[in-house]
Amino acid sequence: MSNANFTFDGKKYTGVSGESLASALLRNGVVHFTNSSYKDRPRGLMGLWVEEPNALVNIDSGPGEPMKASTTIELVDGLVVRSSQGVGDLPDTRDNSRYDKVNRHVDVLVVGAGTAGLTAAKKFAALGKDVIVMDDQPGPGGHARHLGTEISAELLAVLDLANVTYLPRTTVQGLYDQGYLVATERRTDHLDAKVHTEVSRIRTWHIRADHTVLATGAFQRHLVFANNDRPGIMLSHSAATYVTRGANPFKTAVVVTIDNQGYRDALRLHEAGVTVAAVIDIRDAASGPAIAAVNSAGIRVITGKTALDSAASDSGQVCCLTIAKADGTQSETIDADLVAISGGWTPIVHLATFIGIKPTWDPALAAFVVKRDDKLTSTAGMLAGDFGDDNEAAVFFGPQLTTEQAEVAFVDYQRDATVRDFNRAIGAGMRSIEHVKRYTSIGTAHDQGKTSGTTTMGLIGQALGKAPDEIGSLTFRPPYISIPFAALAGRDRGLLSDPIRTTPIHAWHEKAGAPMEDVGQWKRPWFFPKNSENMHAAVLRECAAVREDVGVMDASTLGKIDLQGKDVGEFLDLIYTNMFSTLKVGMSRYGLMCGVDGMVFDDGVTTRISENHWLMTTTTGGAAKVLDWLEEWLQTEWTDLEVFCTSVTEQISTVAIVGPKSRELMSRLAPDLDVSNEAFAFMENKYADVAGVPARIARISFSGELAYEINVPGSFGLHIWEKVMSQGADLNITPYGTESMHVLRAEKGFVIVGQETDGTQTPQDLDMDWIVSKKKEDFIGKRSFARVDTSREGRHQLVGILPDDGSFVIPEGAYLVAGSDEKTPPPVAHIGYVTSSYASAALGRSFALALVANGLARKGEKIAVPMAGRVVTGIITDSVFVDKENARRDG
Amino acid sequence: MTSMTRRRSKVLPEHPDFLWANNITPKKAYDVIIIGAGGHGLATAYYLAKNHGITNVAILEKSWLAGGNMGRNTTIIRSNYLWDESAGIYDHSLKLWENLEEEVGYEMYFSQRGVMTLAHSVSDVRSKQRNFYANYVNDVDSVWLTPTEIKEIAPIVNISEDIRYPVMGATYQARGGIAKHDWVAWGYAKAAADMGVDIIQGCEVTGFNIVDGKVQGVKTNMGDIAAGKVGMVAAGHSSVLANMAGFDVPLQSRPLQALVSELLEQVLDTVIMSGAVHVYVSQAHKGELVMGAGTDSYNSYAQRGGFHVIEHQLAAACELFPIFERAHMLRTWGGIVDISPDASPIIGLTPVENLFINSGWGTGGFKATPGSGWVMAATIANGEPDKLAAPYALDRFVSGHLIDEHGAAGVAH
Amino acid sequence: MLHIPCPYCGPRDETEFHYGAEAHIAYPENPQSLDDAQWAKFVFIKANPKGWLAERWVHSAGCRRWFNVWRNTITHEFGPSYKPFTQQPKSPV
Repeated sequence: MSNANFTFDGKKYTGVSGESLASALLRNGVVHFTNSSYKDRPRGLMGLWVEEPNALVNIDSGPGEPMKASTTIELVDGLVVRSSQGVGDLPDTRDNSRYDKVNRHVDVLVVGAGTAGLTAAKKFAALGKDVIVMDDQPGPGGHARHLGTEISAELLAVLDLANVTYLPRTTVQGLYDQGYLVATERRTDHLDAKVHTEVSRIRTWHIRADHTVLATGAFQRHLVFANNDRPGIMLSHSAATYVTRGANPFKTAVVVTIDNQGYRDALRLHEAGVTVAAVIDIRDAASGPAIAAVNSAGIRVITGKTALDSAASDSGQVCCLTIAKADGTQSETIDADLVAISGGWTPIVHLATFIGIKPTWDPALAAFVVKRDDKLTSTAGMLAGDFGDDNEAAVFFGPQLTTEQAEVAFVDYQRDATVRDFNRAIGAGMRSIEHVKRYTSIGTAHDQGKTSGTTTMGLIGQALGKAPDEIGSLTFRPPYISIPFAALAGRDRGLLSDPIRTTPIHAWHEKAGAPMEDVGQWKRPWFFPKNSENMHAAVLRECAAVREDVGVMDASTLGKIDLQGKDVGEFLDLIYTNMFSTLKVGMSRYGLMCGVDGMVFDDGVTTRISENHWLMTTTTGGAAKVLDWLEEWLQTEWTDLEVFCTSVTEQISTVAIVGPKSRELMSRLAPDLDVSNEAFAFMENKYADVAGVPARIARISFSGELAYEINVPGSFGLHIWEKVMSQGADLNITPYGTESMHVLRAEKGFVIVGQETDGTQTPQDLDMDWIVSKKKEDFIGKRSFARVDTSREGRHQLVGILPDDGSFVIPEGAYLVAGSDEKTPPPVAHIGYVTSSYASAALGRSFALALVANGLARKGEKIAVPMAGRVVTGIITDSVFVDKENARRDG
Repeated sequence: MTSMTRRRSKVLPEHPDFLWANNITPKKAYDVIIIGAGGHGLATAYYLAKNHGITNVAILEKSWLAGGNMGRNTTIIRSNYLWDESAGIYDHSLKLWENLEEEVGYEMYFSQRGVMTLAHSVSDVRSKQRNFYANYVNDVDSVWLTPTEIKEIAPIVNISEDIRYPVMGATYQARGGIAKHDWVAWGYAKAAADMGVDIIQGCEVTGFNIVDGKVQGVKTNMGDIAAGKVGMVAAGHSSVLANMAGFDVPLQSRPLQALVSELLEQVLDTVIMSGAVHVYVSQAHKGELVMGAGTDSYNSYAQRGGFHVIEHQLAAACELFPIFERAHMLRTWGGIVDISPDASPIIGLTPVENLFINSGWGTGGFKATPGSGWVMAATIANGEPDKLAAPYALDRFVSGHLIDEHGAAGVAH
Repeated sequence: MLHIPCPYCGPRDETEFHYGAEAHIAYPENPQSLDDAQWAKFVFIKANPKGWLAERWVHSAGCRRWFNVWRNTITHEFGPSYKPFTQQPKSPV
């Protein structure tokens, strides 16, 4: 046993290394620990472990932690703590500890390494099962560990078996469906501070157990009497344990009990040198070995009485106890500086209640127990009502109190909630424990009713003349004890909090200094600034270069789905609004997809590679959703269609070269390819070696310019890009990003799903009636077009907007009103909103796309844009602004 | 900091000596029966009495009063949704909130501390700016905040460029905020009971008495009770009740989880929501952090969900609010929310005459408590949908006129 | 975290799957012949029972196949799972 120096509220102390902070303080004579949260009453240590309500601290040393029970802190040299008065601190410094997570499947998980848990572990280990034993204490033994009794070597040996894993300091926090458990293991707080940086501080275990044994034991509970909260009033089991280990600032004790446990604890106090003035037993008569031993030791026993009130010395510590019959009569006062209460055992039912198992009331034990033995879960030990011999108890929670006494008889120490509050709740009409909890706040503090739960049910029962189980059910919720946020965050921090997806060309974009746009999980270059220009200038330059020379864009992030089978064409006819089965081999076609509700949800170009081999592209963000969609129809509806889908988004890199000089550049990259318009038409696909790499080249254009999309196996993307840059140097080859891509397509009135659409637009709303097949009998979404609201007049339709001030870019999302409402203050009836809005190099002015009610019939009408502090007016136009005749796309 | 510094908890006001009577035996008949004593049901009964003088009303609650979603709630109040119809009902509700404590005579700790909704990408900014402008034309208060302005209001937000999805801006509704859910329910309950409404707990509706397509009353575990009109206001059990009455509603009941921390020093005095990073948080008067995120993905009446949902939102919280790293998760819970296809409620008539429905509020019902009760009372009293409720009719799914608030509903709220 | 019995792979953690709600809702033979109310039923109505539900899941992070399974929405207990277009097992009690 080595010493450990620690600081408590600024004062230095020494304790025994590894003992609890609470024990060390008691050892040093600190009985008045703190003051209560609301009423500022002196409070002291009550319990042994997580049930402790009063002696909470903020830890300042090491990683730091607010609001921990001092009973659960193992003393290490250099510990610095401050007593808490109910509110935790949140320092501004980062917690640099490492937190990790582990997943395990196991045959049997045993919760609790006490006698019952080890017995169960022994049984299952002998059957050859893979067993994990978790216990929240630093060592095995449970109760026995506290009692100082030896747990048999035979049982302890179980923990060394090859098929048994023992995890101490590991709290099972939650029990979930189908044998899933979550536990937190404290790995370093009890060790030298230097270890912290190399080992995870807390490890979260996710366990899937075929069978779980709950052997969680029990806490003691207190009794409710006047001034039952003074320092020196403790749970008897706790007091006896501290004192037995030498943490003994007490001289004289009174033990108040409802069961035989009180007698056992009286004996331990007596053997440790505390004068036990009396044992007060509410029962009129009781028998058992412990009672006999107490009598033999000459300790006074008073039956038929209980604690009624206490008084304090100047320090605030208890100095005497008034006892009386349950009705408050026949009182007498006994001097004591320790009042040890045995109010009954409360089995730890939490985990069972988390999955909806309701505890049952056992009046002989005065306890809620859980008896369970099924495939998934079984209970053992005190939880199951096995309290051993010698444990009869009285169902009793506290004596009758006067109004004055009720005001200082505490039910929940942490809330400073008293019998008076409780009585008010009952008087107000509260009958369910949930209502009493909410009215009084009993059970809602840091200890979550570990000490007050059963007592409250008992008191309600006493008030209404019912048994505790007639009141309702004790329900607890995970976690069993509080867990730091960072521990549950684990490694999902910083850049690891969501996967980052990049294309094979990404490093080039980064080196070029392109700011990135997050598109779902992808990083896409937003624009490529030159000479510290801002985005506005970069985009004007990039767009001008695309329409006058040649630009290059990384289109690799678009979703790509490989479709093979004899029925792909028929399938695509059902999935898209337009016809695909007639598409010739080698051709590409743009398609629109709707849900069964008729609303557009994705689009893309699909290519027929060969008779039964197609390649679909989707939006960047919609790829996974579309693949799921396709599979859902194929597997759950049209199973007779032979179609096989494979995601190939990452298997193919796509480099698009765009602009009037792209033909020249393409011929340099693939000298053997005939790039004339006659040989290689719009929407056609050709195969050629590009810079030595086999490529599929598609004449697809999202800007209206002549363009070639070069598709190569994924890892060749960067090679192609670099070749494009070097071969195009004298052509003013200009890389452009997502922003310019957005502008160029908007100038052509092309929609972007998710920008022009929000899930409430049909193809017709987008002025795309041309893409809705009139020939197909059915396709997904068709029926919905005919619904009353979907086919009505006045729906929002896609149009263009030209602001009167060509230098002003209307903010995207701005709402529009009729021109006549220019001066109307809000609330004002709107006619639509702007979906896309840019400064256009080609037009030399700003423009926008918008969805306007009945828009297609309103071209030429004036609109206004209500904005705080300025007047913006404009006019409704057609949605195509550049090259209305589509003449530019052939170059 | 002095070594003896201890922070004391805030004392909250006491509840009245008397709230409501227990063990009321239901009468044989009432003018109106409301099924469900949650926030919306209690508010409905209150407004039936207050606005329409209809007091011969019983609220039937199968469990304990306000023990459903109202009994454990993250309590965000705001009205900055996207569509005009939503501005109508949610802002009406917010205006009622602004006077509610005084009108009902009950301390509810209604605190207009603002609600901030963060945007984390270019497309996120775009859609939230649309929401901002929609609020502007509907005269619902909203401002757009830059990251610097966000930091001024809430210093604990991490606006650095280093996190996975940096904050790019936010909408902010200053009139939004929080209130204490139990107290709201109890305020309405006491006021309704004081006006003569019978609140009957432990009374479970087991069926409907319907004759010639018209409801005559309900069957319960306490016997049959006749009624001129019946309103179904039972979140989490709307489908069950509708099916009992012989019709379908397009709802799916899902778990919604939330959590609280222990009491902590006050570091956050506004409400912050993030859809992209998937978490919303406020800090209550006593000092606990109240947090939530999205629903679990499957149908459930178990009032619990999976732990992984909790873990994700705590990781999100640590990213956005590094100061929370040391805060402890103290308690998690789960409720049952009724999700509709357009994330908007279903209010008004049903195929059964004199049987009215109010449901489908999904993850955002608390804020609508006063407004929902108001329009439901008007609808029942007048036998036809209140104008603010009319767009939310059950038959909108037939016509296709959905009010899609998935975006504005964002994460859960 | 549910443990979902994929009939192809065996029981796996919930995070490997996407939910598909009520099973056996067939796409109508002839959608154009349905009136708006009948069509709305197909598009929007899915069973939401308090009790046993035959529902669909797809094992997205595993075999990527859809299947059906009985699950109790009150207790989360799973009954038998079965492949699409196979005989539906009786509902557990």
